[in-house]
Amino acid sequence: MNTSVLPPVRIRSLANATATATAAMRLLPSAPLNHQAHRAVYGDLPRLDPGHVMAAAEHSGLSGQGGAAFPAHRKMAAVREAARRAGRRPVVVANGSEGEPASAKDKALLWHAPHLVLDGVALAAAAVGADRAFLAVEAGHGLLGYLTEADRQRTSTAVPVTIVEVPSRFLSGQESALVSFLDGGPALPRFQSRPVFEQGVGGGPTLVQNVETLAHLALIARHGPAWYRSGAATSLFTVRYADSTPTVVEAAPGTSLQHLTGAVSGQAILVGGYHGTWLPLESAARSGREVGAGIRAITGDTSVSAETLGVPLGAGLLAVLPHDRCGLVETASILRYLALESAGQCGPCLNGLPRMAAAFGELARPTPRSDLQQIRDDLSRWAGLVTGRGACRHPDGTARLARSALIAFAAEADAHSRGRCRASARPPMLPTAMPPASQSTASE
Amino acid sequence: MPEPTTITLRAAVDWTACQGHGACADLLPEVVSLDEWGYPILQERPVPAEARRRARRAVSECPALAFLLKR
Ligand SMILES: Cc1cc2nc3c(=O)[nH]c(=O)nc-3n(C[C@H](O)[C@H](O)[C@H](O)COP(=O)(O)O)c2cc1C
Ligand code: SF4
Ligand code: SF4
Repeated sequence: MNTSVLPPVRIRSLANATATATAAMRLLPSAPLNHQAHRAVYGDLPRLDPGHVMAAAEHSGLSGQGGAAFPAHRKMAAVREAARRAGRRPVVVANGSEGEPASAKDKALLWHAPHLVLDGVALAAAAVGADRAFLAVEAGHGLLGYLTEADRQRTSTAVPVTIVEVPSRFLSGQESALVSFLDGGPALPRFQSRPVFEQGVGGGPTLVQNVETLAHLALIARHGPAWYRSGAATSLFTVRYADSTPTVVEAAPGTSLQHLTGAVSGQAILVGGYHGTWLPLESAARSGREVGAGIRAITGDTSVSAETLGVPLGAGLLAVLPHDRCGLVETASILRYLALESAGQCGPCLNGLPRMAAAFGELARPTPRSDLQQIRDDLSRWAGLVTGRGACRHPDGTARLARSALIAFAAEADAHSRGRCRASARPPMLPTAMPPASQSTASE
Repeated sequence: MPEPTTITLRAAVDWTACQGHGACADLLPEVVSLDEWGYPILQERPVPAEARRRARRAVSECPALAFLLKR
């Protein structure tokens, strides 16, 4: 197998930290598995019985791993119902687009456990009664050829899967953008007068599910919903620290931030992704201190879950900002990227995002200024104006990031406005475009 | 013929089509105002019964076919 085309990424599994975990319960095997090896580790594909799969999804409490954490069972039930009413077979779309430049977990999963994802596709298709499925992956990583070959190794008569490469852009993985692209249009979000679960690919009911969600489903079908709920089941995170190679970490709920990120120290952590939330990292004594609008300070001992962090885990990015970096510089850079990636189709997004990016660019510049409060007010107002007012949730996520940075880096903004800067001027550490292709390595 | 008032209608916009002409806000100030860039801000609440006729006009007079009513 040719491994030279994946972005630089290491994988690390903390799954064996729990006593009962076996290889068959993990998402990431230490080396890529072909179909034969996959079956040796995980066993055969479980029964493709719709009622059985639906019940497993429901009782496990499985929720989406692609960003919005929506309950998978509810979406599957909605697709089934829409298909019944329309009298047509639905389509399943496995979303492995991972357009977010900082994230690597979906690509690592597709590379290491392609058959777990394909098992999940088969199970989801059976659950909703689909007779067609697509697996969408980001172009430029060699995944099309690799996964086509993986799919060929499968002998089962389950749903046929078409593997497609989507453009390497932030918006490509948004569900209506995927539908548009699969229908022969541009990979851009489009206005949906009816939701995708009713009117997706070819105008028919469509289940869009993140590839990691589908891999979870494949494990739940084997080990049962009770196992999944017990806290032994793992999920994937992309961990970044300064400029180092990202690590994809597999960890069970309750794992501490320190253990998960392996980071010694930092001033803040970006949770979820570029649509996520900056949380200040503090000493144990000040942990849990509310620093503003729903944002709590955390420490290395805080366990990683949406409940304990108080913010959504999104697509599982955990980026630790070291003390010698500037959160305003990072945020300005990400906002600029997000504004440029906006499809520019919707007025509020087209007008609001570039203004927010420019205003953050001002905050990131240490220079004496008297208009700091004005900039903050503008940013808060624009964040409010773009939220909920587009064909997709890109502006909502962008506003979330900006708001959290205003809170987490309030002291830095104050210092900058007095011409002082606590971090040495450095280029931003978080990537805003696809990294150059190079060797993929596995560790531990 | 008067419509049954039991069906609630809410204003909606196809953001990819809306050009910020503002005709909807002129016709339906009860539920539509304009932001600082001229794009509509929609109220969550349903279109009041007495404004339904104007709401339908807003749909047909939106030059971009972007203004919609949802049940
Ligand atoms: C701008 C934008 C980009 C997105 N990109 C991705 C992506 O790359 N991969 C993904 O799985 N979901 C992405 N999503 C979320 C999808 O629209 C969709 O909710 C998700 O694939 C559903 O799968 P899940 O419920 O299993 O998470 C994106 C959403 C937005 C608003
Ligand atoms: S909200 Fe923004 S990113 Fe989403 S479709 Fe509209 S212009 Fe594009
Ligand atoms: S009239 Fe139509 S184009 Fe004009 S602001 Fe209203 S919705 Fe947009």
